[in-house]
Amino acid sequence: MAGGDFSLWVYLARTPLLWLTVTLTAYVAADRIAAATGRHPLANPVLVAVVFVAAVLALTDTPYPTYFEGAQFVHFLLGPATVVLAFPLYERRATVMRALVPMLAALAAGAVMTLVCVIALAHLFAIPRPILVSLAPKSVTSGVAMGISAALGGDPTLTAILVILTGIIGAILVTPMMEGLGITDMRARGFAAGLAAHGIGTARAFQVSEVAGTFAGIAMGLNAFVTAILAPVALHLLN
Amino acid sequence: MIASLALILLAQLTGEALARGFGLPVPGPVIGMGLMFGFLFLRDAERSPLRRLLPAPLLDGTLEGNAKGLLANLSLMFVPAGVGVVGRLDLLKTQGMKLAVILFVSTAVSLLTTVLVFRSVSALVERRGGRGEG
Repeated sequence: MAGGDFSLWVYLARTPLLWLTVTLTAYVAADRIAAATGRHPLANPVLVAVVFVAAVLALTDTPYPTYFEGAQFVHFLLGPATVVLAFPLYERRATVMRALVPMLAALAAGAVMTLVCVIALAHLFAIPRPILVSLAPKSVTSGVAMGISAALGGDPTLTAILVILTGIIGAILVTPMMEGLGITDMRARGFAAGLAAHGIGTARAFQVSEVAGTFAGIAMGLNAFVTAILAPVALHLLN
Repeated sequence: MIASLALILLAQLTGEALARGFGLPVPGPVIGMGLMFGFLFLRDAERSPLRRLLPAPLLDGTLEGNAKGLLANLSLMFVPAGVGVVGRLDLLKTQGMKLAVILFVSTAVSLLTTVLVFRSVSALVERRGGRGEG
């Protein structure tokens, strides 16, 4: 009988259905927990769902590529989800146009400060250069960050890890920080979340307010562009 | 829903093609976002011929509803990549503590700089705008 159960498991574990279901279920559970805590920053749905899925993979001894065969359908939606950021942007285009000058100023300051801060800290801690290069584009959405890192001689896999961790850290930090500073302007809060923590920050911003989410989406897109240009310059100046 | 999905994918595909074709440093989906914005603008323009040509779901709010549904679950889409990170955390072993400090501090600095510059410039612009009117 045990043999029968095992062959059922072997069959299911190979189909995308199982891991797609695990991903969606873990997310629904994580989102439910987040809702139950009143969207507490620490109950970040990405973080909680990742912990759930990783626990299932560890318990069942499933390699990541097997998992990804099912999860890729969810991963694929990242692209379409970026495209549809056009909708809140279009709906609020008047608000966005009015904030054009502060947005561009914040973009320039934020992108430069992020790079300066990362490079300065990496020097302080004597981080080897290949890791520093992988670290430089960490605030940029993962696809672009990996491209920047590869072009400059970094390790794209390490960059992907640092990008996701940055996103989760940013999404956790942003709300308590802004509340602590007494900043109520949702445009500014969202823009900061998107610039510092790309899509994960944007997802967090949409949980707080739709205006914040709109500005986060813009910041994410603009920062990808600016950092792709600035990172090579900053690393070149360093030599 | 299919019409919405087709349009969204079309925008993304065109974006990817443009990004690759011209070697742009912007990700394809971000260009796709710009194209979608342009589409909405053209669709809603006065006397737009698109309104006669497009299928109903792209005109009656279905498209907007589908887009909202996707965005409401943006967090979900980072889960597969996030799970991949857990498996590769060994990469961080040698420099883990230092990298953790760098990530925390730089992300905090990044948030702080952006929000403070946004707020002060926006206050400056509004003050000047007010004076111009008065």
